[in-house]
Amino acid sequence: MNIIVCIKQVPDTTEVKINPETGTLIREGVPSIINPFDTYAIEEGLLLKEKFGGTVTIVSMGPPQAMEALKEAVAMGADEAVLLSDRAFAGADTWATAYALSRAIRKLGEFDIILCGKQAIDGDTGQVGPGIAGQLGISQLTYVFKIRELDPETGTVLVERLLEEGREVVQAPLPALLTVVKDINQPRYPTFMGIRRATKMEIPTWAAADLPACDSGKCGLNGSPTQVVRVFAPPAREGQVDLIAADDMNEAASILADKLLAEKVI
Amino acid sequence: MALLEINKEECIGCEACVDVCPFGALSMVDGVAEVDEQCTACGPCLDVCPADALSLAERPEAAAEDLRAYQGVWVWVEQFQGEAASISWEMVGQGRRLADQRGTTLTACVVGHNVEHVAKQAIAYGADRVFWVDDASLAVYRTQPYARTLVQLVRQYKPEIFLLGASSRGRDLAGSVATELYTGLTADCTGLDIDPETKLLRQTRPAFGGNIMATIISPNYRPQMATVRHRVFELPEMDASRQGQIVAVDPVMAEDDVATKVVEFIMEQGEVNLADAKIIVSGGRGVGGPEGFAPIRELAEVLGGAVGASRAAVDAGWIPYAHQVGQTGRTVRPDLYIACGISGAVQHLAGMGTAKVIVAINRDPDAPIFGVANYGIVGDLFEVVPALTAQFRERLGN
Repeated sequence: MNIIVCIKQVPDTTEVKINPETGTLIREGVPSIINPFDTYAIEEGLLLKEKFGGTVTIVSMGPPQAMEALKEAVAMGADEAVLLSDRAFAGADTWATAYALSRAIRKLGEFDIILCGKQAIDGDTGQVGPGIAGQLGISQLTYVFKIRELDPETGTVLVERLLEEGREVVQAPLPALLTVVKDINQPRYPTFMGIRRATKMEIPTWAAADLPACDSGKCGLNGSPTQVVRVFAPPAREGQVDLIAADDMNEAASILADKLLAEKVI
Repeated sequence: MALLEINKEECIGCEACVDVCPFGALSMVDGVAEVDEQCTACGPCLDVCPADALSLAERPEAAAEDLRAYQGVWVWVEQFQGEAASISWEMVGQGRRLADQRGTTLTACVVGHNVEHVAKQAIAYGADRVFWVDDASLAVYRTQPYARTLVQLVRQYKPEIFLLGASSRGRDLAGSVATELYTGLTADCTGLDIDPETKLLRQTRPAFGGNIMATIISPNYRPQMATVRHRVFELPEMDASRQGQIVAVDPVMAEDDVATKVVEFIMEQGEVNLADAKIIVSGGRGVGGPEGFAPIRELAEVLGGAVGASRAAVDAGWIPYAHQVGQTGRTVRPDLYIACGISGAVQHLAGMGTAKVIVAINRDPDAPIFGVANYGIVGDLFEVVPALTAQFRERLGN
């Protein structure tokens, strides 16, 4: 089986702090990590490979430093990796990102399944997965939290998707693109041997010109329909906490219950 | 790969750009500004540079007459088993407001099987026209036939703005439709407005785990598409006497041509539907184990709410992932959020920080959750929560 996993290197948003005076991000000391949802996609790819054989190829688009994320994925056990990095890709929104990734996947050749995280924690859009599926004209299965069955012979996959009202069980033909949620597995740690392999491995970097039938007018800023025009700090929650102090918990609970009923939220 | 051009000859090293860059992409090296890969070409630095040393690459512009052909505001009405999702009526309410601002009409797209009643509801909530696509092959949501239906309608009727709810299905569908149409799509918006000068849709959304807000436009592509977060906008009033046009549209795909099949749907109990819940009672590390959720469930039941959980509780295996609130779980916006034994890590706050009223119950008076809460009780949740349950049981008479 040819398994492709798309990943993104992101700043660890849990470490991001805001400068209260300017309302801007303080990035100093914020580590770059593999988007947490993508680590589940990598793990699922490795599990499929262990079951069915084949190769796991990691694809990412980003600045040269995103190579670290690819090395980490190789250290976890991925076979191959490729980085899309080029000034022509800079400033890509989700449409242009999906376009470039889909062109790179075409260049990689035949594939059976593409795995992505359900969204990246910096942009939180969840649009690149469906974008890649749309560009490649294959089925998309989003919010997958379990692969129930996969049959390479008949070329079908049966998954459970996590939706608001419950779990939907869907069957799709391969090749298909799956975006996965956190519950699907427990990502493994890089192994010592894996780290050694990753350190030695020469991971190729592809520019826009390296991708077949890639229209540079559809890449990066030029190819992006959306444009960020303003960035600002979110409005802080108003007011201070009303800490309810009382002699005992029953009294505190009674006061709180009255206040909540007065808020008309119950 | 940086997008910003810095004229090093003109730069006077005043650091004004460094201070305003929301992404921290600018720094001073040897008294001259330098930009790194984090640049998103958002532009505040251009405005503050006193020396005009900064510039951004020009974007290509579309022909204005092509864009003028796109008119009207559209909304996709999501339905599950014949019942419309409340998020869709919130979209209809917003669509109505935007259509009125643009002096145009509001169209709702109702796709499903035996859903004429939903089409009628859409009129009652504010649509002028409904495209009603009804076929057995559309009974259950599937990306391919739904996306093809909407793509064909958009190509034929050319709306200027197209809104979808940011539910799982809405995001799945919007991503597919916008890809096929090659147009701009902004995810999970919490604010929508028409720019009074350019008449463009200004779409505002949180990013970086809720640490910053970004306003996004799509000046050269149509329709301007956005998915919108649940429970940010009010439900509009329903008026059964409203008049509108229902246009029946033929399905575009035959069942045999649809690649995917929905085999089964496993419904969750009511306590897990966090997206629709008006009240959520959540437990964190403080509950101590799976059995610690018992008092949380009891309070949720008395209040008619759903049960949420922090990542710590889910990762410990005390409660399934479907309950997880926060950046890696669900984003919720209930009227009332009661956080029990939750410290309030940034990721958790990103998922519930916009709840109308937040109550924090925690033993640690310094827990960050008290920083966002409206009401707090410092104490042991195993004493406070049952006491609260008893109080509500008495007051609500159940």
